Amino acid sequence: MKDSLSSPRLSQFWAGLKAELPLLLGVFPFGMIYGVLALEAGIPASAAQAMSAIVFAGSSQFVTTQLVGNGTPALVMVLTIFIVNLRHALYSASIAPYISKLSAGWKALLAYLLTDEAYAIAIIHYDQDGTKPASHWFFLGAGLALWSTWQVSTAVGLLVGAVIPAAWSLDFTLSLTFIALVMPLMKDKPNLGAALAAGIVAVLGIGLPYKLGLVAAALVGILVGLLLEKWK
Amino acid sequence: MRLWLVMIIGGLLTYLIRLSFIALSGKVEFPAWLQRSLRYVPPAVLSAIIFPEILAHTGKLDLTLTNDRLIAGILAALVGWKTHNTLLTIVVGMASLLLLQTIR
Repeated sequence: MKDSLSSPRLSQFWAGLKAELPLLLGVFPFGMIYGVLALEAGIPASAAQAMSAIVFAGSSQFVTTQLVGNGTPALVMVLTIFIVNLRHALYSASIAPYISKLSAGWKALLAYLLTDEAYAIAIIHYDQDGTKPASHWFFLGAGLALWSTWQVSTAVGLLVGAVIPAAWSLDFTLSLTFIALVMPLMKDKPNLGAALAAGIVAVLGIGLPYKLGLVAAALVGILVGLLLEKWK
Repeated sequence: MRLWLVMIIGGLLTYLIRLSFIALSGKVEFPAWLQRSLRYVPPAVLSAIIFPEILAHTGKLDLTLTNDRLIAGILAALVGWKTHNTLLTIVVGMASLLLLQTIR
């Protein structure tokens, strides 16, 4: 037992879980609100809970509850989920070089766990520590911590329902989680420029359907980061 | 039934998006420019999510001092920038928002 506790795999797993912990404070209320909104939109509790496991992507789940409430056609809903989640392709490309040597099974598992919050924690770890033999256990720890929190918080939201008053503004915790993730990255001009440019384009694109503004903003931000890097 | 179909297809597509480049890695060499540009994915995507939530929570752009989320967001950002402490950033931001909403 002592042997396994001190193994690099387990210590990486725990380190990933611990690094993810502070973010869970922001994610838990968000999962609860999702559960509440799903019920309000008339989605059965079983389906709402299953969506947290099958789709496992908060913002697209929120949008889906709105669309169900509006009676949107199924094809439009699928398309919306696809576009809202397109940013994960960037995460996939960004983290791929660090896990390229893993088995197909590990890649399949880690891809399922590739959410905003798990990605942000894992990529910071890979950036600072490089790829070590047990690094993927860190990713797994962070990913599973977020996964279980998302499932449990959805269930709590479905159970307590409308008990959570909207005046508490608990949905703000998600923005705060992302602020906490992005601020430590603001260490040079290219990163700052990428963040500001993407933020401004995203605001300009608010009116665009299917969160297309988000995708456009991300691409513009990346471009600005690259340009500023050249001028340095 | 229709909703389950949406969920399963939407979930499958989401998974394929997440798997895309991970599945290719080790088999295909990514060009250097692509690898360089990917470094800016975290600041770009995270800001693209944050800005509209804070500057236009109600759907309309609000750059005034009466925008509680903007003030609370700026305070949280300052804390995050100075301390790199996730927990503190979230707590200060949430406390600021609740305080602002109470005193107004």
